Amino acid sequence: MNIANSTELICFLVLSIIVITGSLGVVLLSNIVYSAFLLGGVFMAVAGLYLLLNASFVAAAQVLVYVGAVNVLILFAIMLVNKKEELKPIKGLQIRKVLSAGVCAGLLALLIRVDLTTPWNLPGPSAIGEKATERIGEHLFTDYLLPFELASILLLMAMIGAIVLARRDVLVNDVGTGESVDQGLIEKTTNPILIDKRSTS
Amino acid sequence: MLENQSLSIPLEAYLLLASLLFCIGVWGLINSRNAVRVLMSIELMLNAVNINLMAFSAYLDGDLIRGQVFTIFVITVAAAEAAVGLAILLSLYRNRVTVDMESFNLLKW
Repeated sequence: MNIANSTELICFLVLSIIVITGSLGVVLLSNIVYSAFLLGGVFMAVAGLYLLLNASFVAAAQVLVYVGAVNVLILFAIMLVNKKEELKPIKGLQIRKVLSAGVCAGLLALLIRVDLTTPWNLPGPSAIGEKATERIGEHLFTDYLLPFELASILLLMAMIGAIVLARRDVLVNDVGTGESVDQGLIEKTTNPILIDKRSTS
Repeated sequence: MLENQSLSIPLEAYLLLASLLFCIGVWGLINSRNAVRVLMSIELMLNAVNINLMAFSAYLDGDLIRGQVFTIFVITVAAAEAAVGLAILLSLYRNRVTVDMESFNLLKW
């Protein structure tokens, strides 16, 4: 074991410890803001793992998209909906948590067994290394061209869908004529619809 | 084998890390009562799948790095999912004034 290998091993161990403890924190911490920042840390550590696997382009995409877009979006959503609220206690919540932990441990055992007992075809063909970015470009514009274009349409649909779902229609004046708009025609509920069977009945 | 330098870490290590991350994500998805945390757990699970794809791509796929291409598509879909999910969450919050998952039972009999 030379020094490059041991450095790589240490990097992998540190990154996996960050990933595991960070994701446990995301799931278990009671303050959702801390969870969001820990999620950013987990994304950065996963990008570091990609760098260990010689995939610099995907690591950069991970940092840009996950840390720069998704995590910031989650933080904004937390700021918009972060109201201090007392969650109603539910009967059997602890039992539910323990049971689902058991199910997840079973799933984990199954996955670990598959990981360790499958005869992987190792060592595979030699890795491409630093040429990966060029190869990804070739893939995206030749044999993965159709999924690539579909992904752009999907992003457009997601953008329009998110705008339509999240906007709040409050038009005071008509855009064209400047007259005041008949507010009865526009869905602009300010008082929330609280349909709660337990409280009404 | 000059290019196969990443073999000092076994492939199974990446797979074990990914399965652990996936199971943590599943547990969080089931047990979170805050709807934002449910979305975060989904992101964790997608990241676990991405780690798997990247590890297979580096160890088993040689110079056809199909796993990396798939990872890029998964990242794209995850971004779209996060945007739409948070928009739905905002719409729900406007109607119910809560993010408690237990109170989103409008479609439940």
